[in-house]
Amino acid sequence: MTTSHESEKAPMETAVKPSSLAQVANSQAAKVQGNGADGTGLETRGIHAWFGKHHALADINLNFAAGTVTALIGPSGCGKSTFIRTINRMHEFIPGAAMAGEVLLDGKDVYAPGTDVTKIRLKIGMVFQKPNPFPSMTIGENVLSGLKLAQLKVDNKDDLLQECLERAGLWNEVKDRLGAHGGSLSGGQQQRLCIARSLAVRPKVLLMDEPCSALDPGSTLRIEDTIRHLSETMTIVIVTHNMQQAARVSDYTAFFLSDGGPGQMIEVAPTSEIFSRPKDERTENYVTGRFG
Amino acid sequence: MTTITPTPQKPWRASKRERSFDFAILIGGFLASYLLVALTPMKGKLAYFALFFISYALLTAVLKGLTRGSAAAKDALVSSLVVVGAVVTVIPIGSILLTVLQKGLPGISFGLFTHDMALATPTDPLANGGLLHAITGTLTLVALALIMSVPIGILTALYLTEIKGRFTGPIRFLVQAMSGVPSIVAGLFILSAVLYPITKAYSGFMGALALTILMIPTIARTSEEVLNLIPNDLREAGTALGGTQWRTVAMIVLPAAKSGLVTAIILGVARIAGETAPILLLTGGGDKVNPNAFNGPMGSLPYYIWKSFNAGSPEAITRAWAGLLVLLGIVLILFTSARFLGTRKISR
Repeated sequence: MTTSHESEKAPMETAVKPSSLAQVANSQAAKVQGNGADGTGLETRGIHAWFGKHHALADINLNFAAGTVTALIGPSGCGKSTFIRTINRMHEFIPGAAMAGEVLLDGKDVYAPGTDVTKIRLKIGMVFQKPNPFPSMTIGENVLSGLKLAQLKVDNKDDLLQECLERAGLWNEVKDRLGAHGGSLSGGQQQRLCIARSLAVRPKVLLMDEPCSALDPGSTLRIEDTIRHLSETMTIVIVTHNMQQAARVSDYTAFFLSDGGPGQMIEVAPTSEIFSRPKDERTENYVTGRFG
Repeated sequence: MTTITPTPQKPWRASKRERSFDFAILIGGFLASYLLVALTPMKGKLAYFALFFISYALLTAVLKGLTRGSAAAKDALVSSLVVVGAVVTVIPIGSILLTVLQKGLPGISFGLFTHDMALATPTDPLANGGLLHAITGTLTLVALALIMSVPIGILTALYLTEIKGRFTGPIRFLVQAMSGVPSIVAGLFILSAVLYPITKAYSGFMGALALTILMIPTIARTSEEVLNLIPNDLREAGTALGGTQWRTVAMIVLPAAKSGLVTAIILGVARIAGETAPILLLTGGGDKVNPNAFNGPMGSLPYYIWKSFNAGSPEAITRAWAGLLVLLGIVLILFTSARFLGTRKISR
């Protein structure tokens, strides 16, 4: 992956009506080369994951440059979600889980002894597959819940609240009812509320585990817009089963596959290349819809 | 083109014919049970009651079966069984409430709530004395037991659901075993382990200790069930936002489970509010309002009811019924207020 840090950023092309995946991906190609975010890069070295004796993931080496969106694609059960859960150390929540390898954030291994896990999770936010606003809290409380959970102090909560909701593209819809229940929103709005919630603690990296799989196409597009805006200031890793989505939002795409054994990363490349001229035959079969 | 204005209808409702058919079956059931009582040696209200349901269930099953087939027959049979189950459950409860109201109301007066029995005996006229000491005593006992058992019970449930440590299995087993402990055993335990060797005196606190033993397993088990229902997503979301496990539990899991936890506490109070055996053994049952739970005998409603029934005079028995009514009323008030507090929604 590229590590170049150029100052200019290609304009967003949000109004493109794609006729083929390759074409959409090409429209994003300009951005890959010029990346201006000076945030935090993320690198994984030789990640393995186990559930009990089951070896779920083998030797994943990926480098996520600052300010890029990387899509992880592949059939169900190939370890994409497991992989992103190893990045922010949510993997260890599952009884019997084990891992090997290094996850370098700013050059420091998040698994190094003596690391404060909660600090890691503040820097690496996560959005889940199912929208999960906290049921006992209002919309406003949901957004600011991370501050209370991590006991962070901010000077002006109202500004932060508005900023996070604006960045998540939800402000206009909820500004008049911040005191309502989070559960009173529609599914797509709830998911954007969850994104706003994870932005409030100012993460450097945002992991998204199929954030649109439970949503209608309209909400999906809104969230993709949000992702594009967010990528100006943060590094985003998104797991998706929707290849159009990968083509639309990501700079890089990594293809994961499990051939009965542990899941492996078959190929990673700029998104346009993955969809137009993949190097591996299996990638080509997958992105052209021949299996998976 | 004419537009037809539709009128709201409910075509799924039973037609007049169907309803008169059902009514005929009902009458048939009455007739059959009357005939059976008249012609067979089975007599009495219970016979009417039982025979009516049996004959009604059979009649409706047979007739529905003849007109609509075997599936309808089974449906009718099971429906009537369900109704029998509901009626059999409701009748005793209704009967108890009605009896308590009937016999307790004559004993209720304003003075009952402002006086204690310090200067009266159970056999005195009703105008003398009251049960203030018993009400305050019961409330004190329940409050003390709540203060001790709610934290222990909920923390136990949190250990079982959130920490899931090495001792989860044994602790769950112990809690389940404890919930089967007869109340007299809890009373005797406090008597022999605390009262005789240490305090050597009856007091409200001793009773509250025994009630706590009875209350903890109820609260712990119900809270565990409730906490297990909280989706794991929420715990993960809290942790992914940089919360420690403790803060995630305190800020997200417990508030989400709030109304269920209130139910757990209500069930705990229901378990102990009318508990009598340990109270008789441990509190000493004074006749005077005693604000100090740690010193001196303390009256309580179950003790008052037991003592009054034992006294045996008509006045005393009326007092006992009035005490029962007040106990039921207190439990009802506690339940409704807890429900109200537990389900209050965030203002919009």
